Amino acid sequence: MANALVNVPPRARRGEIIEIKTLISHPMETGYRRSQLGTPIPRDIIRLFVCTYNGTEIFRAELHPAIAANPFFVFSTVATESGTLAFQWTGDNGFSATESAAITVD
Amino acid sequence: MERETSRRAFLQAAAAGLGLGAVITVAPADATPAAMEDAVRKVVGSSRVSKGRVKLELPPLSENGNTVPLTVSVESPMTPPDHVRAVHVFTELNPQPDVVSFRFGPRAGHARVSTRIRLANTQTVTAIGELSDGSFWSASAAVVVTLAACLEDA
Repeated sequence: MANALVNVPPRARRGEIIEIKTLISHPMETGYRRSQLGTPIPRDIIRLFVCTYNGTEIFRAELHPAIAANPFFVFSTVATESGTLAFQWTGDNGFSATESAAITVD
Repeated sequence: MERETSRRAFLQAAAAGLGLGAVITVAPADATPAAMEDAVRKVVGSSRVSKGRVKLELPPLSENGNTVPLTVSVESPMTPPDHVRAVHVFTELNPQPDVVSFRFGPRAGHARVSTRIRLANTQTVTAIGELSDGSFWSASAAVVVTLAACLEDA
């Protein structure tokens, strides 16, 4: 199964801009490659990544085959309140993975 | 005499073989700058795209096209009335011009995203920022790729 890694600072001051890093293991097969027998390898990519902060969407990425294997994203958000950041990746062949991280804002 | 003709026949066969090889390697369909133009039009519609405000950071020389670090940022106060809605990244010569679209809002704090992309060729990468007032801004960066992505065998 997919192995996701997220890095969210555990504590932040209210109003502070925090940096979030996410990494997930996935081959991101482009669909343009051929096997050694010459048969095309079907596309298998993550198409969508969404991050929500206490239920509100704060970041979304629509992926195409040109994203490198093991998609990695660094983005930021304003720490507004304590709660959870939820991360979701969805893609081809019913791929779905979720991860979450807690943050304390004071 | 006989040896010479056989050598010639061999060279001709070898040349034919090389020619065949070249035809095979050229086969994959590449997106062209025109295809990128179309992909950009699909996103911006009839709006004008101005240069500036967007900063696209890519290494000028990449040894491995399979993973090229990319950072894109847009100058913006990121307040509810004036923020960046989306950033789209396109390439000229990958098999498909679209790379990624990021969507965010004023809660992002600043409009800055990093990721890793694939590049099939030495080419120009373009990022387009979509602002909340409906304007579009762009930046381009040229990257020299020594090992191309996408087209190698598994």
